[in-house]
Parts: sequence; structure tokens; C-alpha cells
Amino acid sequence: MTGELEDQFAQWRQYVRRRPELRTADIDELEDHLRGSVDELVAAGLHDDEAFLVAVKRMGTLDELSREFAREHSERLWKQLVLTREGDPPAVSRDLLAMVICAAGAAVSVKLPELFGMSLERDGTFYGPNAGLFALPWLAAFLAWHRRASTALVVVLVGLFALGAVAANVYPLEAGSQSVILTSIHLPLALWFVVGLAYVADAVRSPRRRMDFIRFTGEWFIYYVLIALGGGVLIAFLFGTFEAIGISPETFVSQWLVPCGAAAAVIVAGWLVEAKQSVVENIAPVLTRLFTPLFTAVLLAFLVALGITSTGIDVEREALILFDLLLAVVLGLLLYSISARDPLAPPGVFDRLQLALVVSALVIDVLVLVEITGRITEYGTTPNKAAALGENVILLANLAWSAWLLLGLVRRTTPFAALERWQTAYLPVYAVWGWIVVLISPPLFDYL
Amino acid sequence: MKVAKDLVAASATPMVLGILAEADSYGYAILRRINELSGGELDWTEGLLYPLLHRLERLGHVESSWQSVTGERRRKYYRITRTGLAELAEQRRQWDTVVGALKEIWRDSRPMIAFPLEGHA
Repeated sequence: MTGELEDQFAQWRQYVRRRPELRTADIDELEDHLRGSVDELVAAGLHDDEAFLVAVKRMGTLDELSREFAREHSERLWKQLVLTREGDPPAVSRDLLAMVICAAGAAVSVKLPELFGMSLERDGTFYGPNAGLFALPWLAAFLAWHRRASTALVVVLVGLFALGAVAANVYPLEAGSQSVILTSIHLPLALWFVVGLAYVADAVRSPRRRMDFIRFTGEWFIYYVLIALGGGVLIAFLFGTFEAIGISPETFVSQWLVPCGAAAAVIVAGWLVEAKQSVVENIAPVLTRLFTPLFTAVLLAFLVALGITSTGIDVEREALILFDLLLAVVLGLLLYSISARDPLAPPGVFDRLQLALVVSALVIDVLVLVEITGRITEYGTTPNKAAALGENVILLANLAWSAWLLLGLVRRTTPFAALERWQTAYLPVYAVWGWIVVLISPPLFDYL
Repeated sequence: MKVAKDLVAASATPMVLGILAEADSYGYAILRRINELSGGELDWTEGLLYPLLHRLERLGHVESSWQSVTGERRRKYYRITRTGLAELAEQRRQWDTVVGALKEIWRDSRPMIAFPLEGHA
């Protein structure tokens, strides 16, 4: 057979391989068929290229062919990956092994302090601030290993986790003090960005890689919640079945299963996102699409109701945190629709909707801020108030500029890339703020 | 003449099993054999044959393996299994019934020819 004909076969393979319905073995089989057909036509007196054309034509259109294959192999249209990936099985099993080691490491880390006389039940002041230090270093280790991180990066990662350990344990924080709770919330946040450092590896400054980390975070969260739900079902059955035979599994569940499982799930979820990123449609953007209109409607309704009743917002203690969370949710909605938007698409209805969402959230927040700053200047400040206020300012600044860029996008004066760049450039701000709360705020407020 | 699609589909399984009962074979050869046997009247497509072979394999009626016969390309050969032979026997009984009944009906009549409809031109 001539080289030209071989090229044509190679091109044909290339073309057919794009169909998920057809596996490599099927393509081999079909290619053999095509060759048989070509041989016969050549024997009948046709030229190579004529024979090839006729043979391909006889096979029918690829659409029809794959439709017939799909009827028999409908399961192939559902991507079943992770454990049964086609091709390169050694890489998959090595990943799996690394994941199992890291997950086991995280589970052991949770129980390790008990060797030194700590108890999950009594020593909340120890376990709270240290919560992020059990699992996240293992997740960072898995990611760094997966990306073959440079020695310099590994040193930085180890240094930052050590700094986190110092922050969690060196300050004399009282049980039940505001600072203990603040550290328990902010240290995991700060450490998550250390994980992010391991995730982006040597491309720290690349906006694309940072956006990938945002996607990773969203998907990780969703997988984690799903695993937690499954764990809940498992625990329910564990209780039900063992209590039926008169054994109470309570100690096992609360001392082993829940803490170790929660830590290990952090790594399993991270591994799932890595293994499935090109396989499954990202879920976070789908949820954002679903909830952006609903949240916009709720916020606008709230503003209208506020205008009509004109009672003003009753700013109680927890109100600031509630509105912080609201801003965080709005930011999340914005972030995940950015992460899935086609950068080249023209502005559409959804972008307008998002502008409405961000602006209404901003208006509400400004109203709240005006109320609350009055309170703080009146009664003085506490670590809680300072942290909540700081977060509000950070989110407010981000959303205000995002609103401006969104307005430009809708009016076609700024490109979408500007909005994307702004969000990725802002990421370090959250990390720095987390570290400030953990490291500087406790001494500043006399470990209150 | 073109054999109707439903009829082709219904007769596909016994034909493939019947051909494989004669000898192990591969896709292209099966298609050629069917073409030969029907005098070119049964025009099977690849989209019919290969998914059918895969389905028969899933049901355990045939087995497949990649083999290279000397002087030929490596090919995926299909071999009929014991359950395949049982299935073939069952299908054959059914087809014999159908064919026998049709023959009985058509025994005395001449082969049909298309009459042009009279009256309405």
C-alpha cells in the first residue's frame, strides 16, 4: 500500500476518534473493514484514492454510524471515569495510591494529638484553631506531588504551614474567647490559599491558573458536600443496624469515623476534582446559572420592601456577619459564572442580570455599613466587629469595582478579560486578610 | 428490489449466528458472505453489523479475539459460543415456522407481479 493511502487512513482515524461512542478497538475493527473494502476495489481496477473514497462512502456517514453504535453502547455517552479510565492505567493507579496515602495521613493526623493527651471532646481550644492543619497540608502535598512542584515551592509551602501551626498554638488564647473562634475560621481560609499555591505550582502569576484554582475550589466544595451526605447516610445505617443488636457505636462514630472521615474526605474530594476535571461538566457554574436570577429577585424584593416600609435595617449583633455572608454568596455567584463564561461571547442578558445582582447587593450593604459604623464608633470595637467589618470592606471593594467592570461589559466598553483579571488579581487580598486576622489581630486585642 | 428495513433487522441475528456456526469470521468477511448469499440483494451497513456483533458478544452468543492469520492483517475474529448455538437453533425453529407457513400460503399461487391499477389513470 502506498504512503499516500496510509496518510488517508491516519486522517480517517483522527476524524473518527472524536466520537465518544467509538472506542479504540471499534475504530481498529472499522479500519480493518475499510482496508478490506479498499483492497477489493483496488483488485477490481480502481486507483488507491478512488478506492478509498468509495470505501469510506460505502461505510455511510459518521453520524449514522455512531448513532447505531450508541444504541448498543449507550453507557459510553455517560462518562465513567476515575477508576476505569481508558489508556495509561499506571498513571491512574499511581494517582490513586498517592491519594490513599495522603487521605490516610490526614485521618491519622486528626488522631495524633490524642497520643499527647488531647481529647476531641474536651480540648476544643486546641482542635478549633488547628482544624485546618490536619488535612490541608496533605491536600497541598498531594497537589504538589501531582504537579512535581519545585523544591523552592515545597519549602515555601512547608514554611507557610509551619507559620499556621505557630499562629494556632503560640498565642495564649482563652477557651471561648472571640480570638479562638476567629482563628478557627480564618486559619483554614488562609491555609486554603496555601493549598492554592500548591495548586498553581510555578505559575503563581498566571491569571488562567488562578482561575483554575477558583474552579477547583468550587468543584471541591461540591464534591465535599456530596461525600458528607453519603457519610451521613452511612452513619445513619451504622447506628440503626448496630443498635438493633444492642451495641452502641456512638464512641466509634464521634471519635473515629466523623473526624477521620472529614479529614480524609478533604483529600478525596481534591483528588476527584483533579481526576474528573476534563470529564464531568463543572457543577458550580450550573448552580450559579440556576441561582443568580433567584438571588437577584430576592435582593430586589428586599430593597423594594425596605423602601416601602421605611423602617430601616435593625442592625443587631449578628447582622454584620449575615451581610458578610450575603456578599460572599454574591461574589461566589459572580465568580463561578465568570469561571464558565466564554471570554469572547458578547454581553448578554445574563451579564445584565449579574450587574443587577451585584448592584442590589452593594446598595443593601452600604445601608448596613452606615448603620454599623455608627454603632462601632459609639461602643468601641472588639475582634469580632473588626474582623466582620474588615471582611465587609474587602468584599465591598471587590464587588464595587466588579460592578463598574460589568457595567463596562454590558455597554461594550471594557472586555470581559478585564473582569476576569480583576477577580484573579484580587485573590491574594483574601489570603493576606486571613493571615492578618490570625497573626496580628489576637495581640492587637490582647487575646480577647 | 430492496428488502425492507424491518425484515433485514429481524433476520440479522440468525444470519450472523448461522455464518459464524460455519466457521469463525470477521466483520468484513461476514458482510461479504451475506452479500454473496443474497445475490447482492441484502445490503447491510457497517452501522448494522458491528453494533449487532457487539450486542451478541454482550449477550454471550459470540466471543471475539484479535488474531493474525499468516499473511494477513490482525483482525477481530468472532466465534460462536454454546449459548449462541442454542440461540441459533431456537431462531431457526421460529424461522422455519414462519417460512413454512408462508410457503404453504403461496404454494398454489404464481409469483406475484405488480399489476397496474385499473381505471384510475
